[in-house]
Amino acid sequence: MNRFFDIPSDLQHSWLGLIGLHLREALLPVLAGLVAALPLAQLCVRFRWLYPPVLGLTTVLYAIPSLAFFVVLIDYTGQTELTVMIPLAVYSLVVLVPAIVDGVRSVPPETLAAATAMGFGPLRRYAQVQLPIAVPAIIAGLRVATVSSISLVSVGMLIGNQGALGNLLHDANIYHRPELAVNSVVTTAALAVLADGALVLLRLLLTPWMPRGTGGRRPKDAQARPDAAVPAPEDADR
Amino acid sequence: MNVLHFVNAFFSDGAHWQGYDGIPTRLAEHIRYSLLALVLAAAIGLPVGLLTGHYGRGGNTLALIATAGRALPSFGLLVLMFILLGFGMVPVMIPLVVLAVPPILVTTYEAVRSVDPSPVDAARGMGMGESRILFHVELPVALPLILGGLRSAAIQIVSTATIAAYVSLGGLGRYIIDGLYQRDYEKVAGGAALVAVLALATLAVFWAVARAAVSPGVRRGG
Repeated sequence: MNRFFDIPSDLQHSWLGLIGLHLREALLPVLAGLVAALPLAQLCVRFRWLYPPVLGLTTVLYAIPSLAFFVVLIDYTGQTELTVMIPLAVYSLVVLVPAIVDGVRSVPPETLAAATAMGFGPLRRYAQVQLPIAVPAIIAGLRVATVSSISLVSVGMLIGNQGALGNLLHDANIYHRPELAVNSVVTTAALAVLADGALVLLRLLLTPWMPRGTGGRRPKDAQARPDAAVPAPEDADR
Repeated sequence: MNVLHFVNAFFSDGAHWQGYDGIPTRLAEHIRYSLLALVLAAAIGLPVGLLTGHYGRGGNTLALIATAGRALPSFGLLVLMFILLGFGMVPVMIPLVVLAVPPILVTTYEAVRSVDPSPVDAARGMGMGESRILFHVELPVALPLILGGLRSAAIQIVSTATIAAYVSLGGLGRYIIDGLYQRDYEKVAGGAALVAVLALATLAVFWAVARAAVSPGVRRGG
């Protein structure tokens, strides 16, 4: 285990450098997915007929295996980081759109009516009422998207060593150094858990009105509030 | 010269349709691995999920398992098992099953928990035993959600089995991995198309099963 952090020089990165690379390759797509998902979800909320076809399309896109997605893109973007990041952004988008739509729809109509009565325009109502109330659902979607994205970056190793921490797996294989594979798995899993925890923390900060923790919650409270924090049903790791 | 061109070239080459590296053989291999992993994962996940859901115990443990299952990098686990255990089916099956159990387990638990309690109470009042309540009342109502969990597990298995070609497993992933090493993009694109079609076929199968197995009353209500 004393060579645990001794990264082979062909990767041209230190352990921390690989972590930075991994986070960039995993988190930028999630951000891009979120930026694209917000307007798309708003369209689905506004035009109800749009939602079923969008939902069907997202289910189909989500089923496409990551490796197949990567290699099809090689023809257009080469064996680069971008080839890994585009599919991850699509998967994030696909997880986030239903999460946001459900979150925004869970806003009680009385609340909307109250906001309108207070003179809120549609834009202000969206930004100051609907979006904050949808935060728990959006964060739940972000958690699934982020964790699966961090796990999937490793597959990028197969298309010309674009997998950040996943590249350690190949080196473990060719140099017969199992500790590098252990390092890759443990570090990736730890990053995923930490990112998940950070998002939970973010939710607590953004929604000070929600009951904290699960132990002290009274059943009356739990029933009175529509629980928007139920995570997206699809499990997102492949 | 785009991807469709390469895919077309791959499928129109007669050599790709026969022998140990032919499309029928690889497809059968892929389906066999995936089915085996799904059956094993369901054999573990379904009973535990049904029981914990029925008695309402262990929700926190299951949430932990769900998070852990999602955080584990599937590809890393695959390569690690291969390095530690060597060639063979066992090192590939372990990660496939480990990754497929959490979605099945947790969805089944959630599905049984979310069954409306009033019919369950009514069944108990009519003198039904616990096992009859579970199989005749809770299971039919929870079936759509349970099938959803099985579906996401199956899709995950199909795509992870593709990556498993890197650790010498057969199946459709062979075309992608071998094609990348041989700089044969025709093979890569053809393999990717086959894998995508198989994943979509999996979706279609689960859709058909849900249509056939879910009772019409539940479908109308849900």
